[in-house]
Amino acid sequence: MSGTTMSQATLLTTDAGQVTTWRELQAELAAASVEARSALLHRRANATRSDVVRMIDHAGQGHIGGDFSVTDILTVLFNGVLRIDPADPQLTGRDRFVLSKGHCAAALYATLASCGYFSPTELLTFMGPLSALNGHPNRNKVPGVETNTGPLGHGLPVAVGQAMAAKLAGSDARVFAVMGDGEMQEGSNWEALMSGAHYRLDNLTAIVDRNRLQQGARTEDTSSLDPLDEKLLAFGWELRMIDGHDYEQLTAAFAPSSTGKPVAVIANTTKGKGVSFIEDRVEWHHKVPSAEQVALALEELA
Amino acid sequence: MSTTVTAPAAAVYDNRTAFADELIQLARADERIVAVCNDSVGSSNLVAFRDEFPDRLINVGIAEQNMVGVGAGLASAGFIPFVCAAGPFLTGRSLEQVKADVAYSQHPVILCGMSPGMAYGELGPTHHSVEDFSWLRALPGLDIVVPADRLQTRQAVRQAVASPRPMYIRVGRHKVPDVSAADSVLERGRFQTLRDGTDVTLIGTGTLVSRALAAAELLVAEGLSVRVLNAAYIAPLDVAAIVAAAEQTGAIITAEEGNVAGGLGAAVASVVGQLGRDARVPVRILGLTEFAPTGSTDFLLDYFGLGPEHLAAAAREAVLNG
Repeated sequence: MSGTTMSQATLLTTDAGQVTTWRELQAELAAASVEARSALLHRRANATRSDVVRMIDHAGQGHIGGDFSVTDILTVLFNGVLRIDPADPQLTGRDRFVLSKGHCAAALYATLASCGYFSPTELLTFMGPLSALNGHPNRNKVPGVETNTGPLGHGLPVAVGQAMAAKLAGSDARVFAVMGDGEMQEGSNWEALMSGAHYRLDNLTAIVDRNRLQQGARTEDTSSLDPLDEKLLAFGWELRMIDGHDYEQLTAAFAPSSTGKPVAVIANTTKGKGVSFIEDRVEWHHKVPSAEQVALALEELA
Repeated sequence: MSTTVTAPAAAVYDNRTAFADELIQLARADERIVAVCNDSVGSSNLVAFRDEFPDRLINVGIAEQNMVGVGAGLASAGFIPFVCAAGPFLTGRSLEQVKADVAYSQHPVILCGMSPGMAYGELGPTHHSVEDFSWLRALPGLDIVVPADRLQTRQAVRQAVASPRPMYIRVGRHKVPDVSAADSVLERGRFQTLRDGTDVTLIGTGTLVSRALAAAELLVAEGLSVRVLNAAYIAPLDVAAIVAAAEQTGAIITAEEGNVAGGLGAAVASVVGQLGRDARVPVRILGLTEFAPTGSTDFLLDYFGLGPEHLAAAAREAVLNG
């Protein structure tokens, strides 16, 4: 009757062994040549995609297309770009990451687990009864999640607030937010873009996962976004257009602002990237692979 | 409906003054306190705050969804943001941000619904915030505070700074008299008993508290024993006080400057309706039932039957008819 209690699954906790594995990978990446580094990141990204396939297969639902288009972005951010400590998710002065396209939680969970924020053995609870791993991320249940997302157009305003907070605190912490391209149809994103430029939040990077497909059709056949680059420039952001599956380009795009303006990255991606029969097909927004397709997908990602 | 205009009985005050004064005092001692607004520096009474803390007043312009998201981001990074906007736009335009970014995320944002209820009388229903109780009560984990006077407004601001939870505060513009004793304490999730009695309980919130007290004066003069509760917290709801009112008095009248669908009265009736047959008492819910016509705040309060004599009449009827 009181209406005041929040029932929450227990917060997941750090997996020390997995953190060690992640730290070893960080050392390896730091020491590697450019080519070797890309190869390591590609292997890590496809391991994440394989996790996503198994999670969606087990759960019987999920958003595989968008998971795959954003996986390389997540992999680069969480392996060498973000100043984080998976053993101390609340680290003071940490960089912040916001997945505004919260329906791609599976890719985020698999990435966080690979860093050791929690045990990879949790991944198969995805969307199961009372699992911490809801269909959209919940910061009160999943370490490494900074704010709850799901409804579109929410992540960038929160990231703007986090970037303002870093400025006010005199911290050099950076903030990264990933939006789906269809999500850029939400007006709240353009409100936030105005704020980011007005407050000269050069510690903020907004990444658009430009896979050109939304749930029901191509973005340009729905409510066209192009010329997205000109729009972002007109809103006062430093623009970087890249191949969102090229690890060198992704790494360069996530470098700090060079203009004093916030940075917008248009990451041109392929929805379903990594599995031939899923790539660039609108029906794979949230289609679930059959057992045979799961085996084929895992084979292609191996 | 009657159109009798009720004259204020005592000195009356705009709670925004106490709000801003307390906020500035606390901000001097706590650098985490910031204000976020939507081009409402003046109407949110933040001019003095801006002058003293120019870097800590974030005016995002006329962009309420962004405003609430920015507040959540600031709170998530350790700041204490007072997000200030006229109540209708803060709650209506940004409801999904309040749900997902504040309540569900549990970022401790303080949402300040300025000039709530029908404070913008003649500007009409677009500018009235009379749905806020209904909308926000449906969100778990969000405290709803309705200070009835200057003292409670200051106490609410202090509680908001100290609380690890998100909170919505109605910061009244329509002038009201002081109703709280100088030594009274605003307790989270508790109604305040302003006078005790056994025949009937009047539960008012915000602007309706002084009107409930005035109604009680009328009823007491007729020989009735009247309890008056100030519902300073709508959420968490003071279930114990409602149950006690049902057990110890013969009827309950609720009065709010808000729509009756899902507001304070509905919350009270939900508690009473779930009591055992012998414990139930009649409940009468006074509030808005339609979009307001044109008129001043005082005119509209009387139009919707929220004057002291209306409350007294409802009490008489409930006691008589059961």
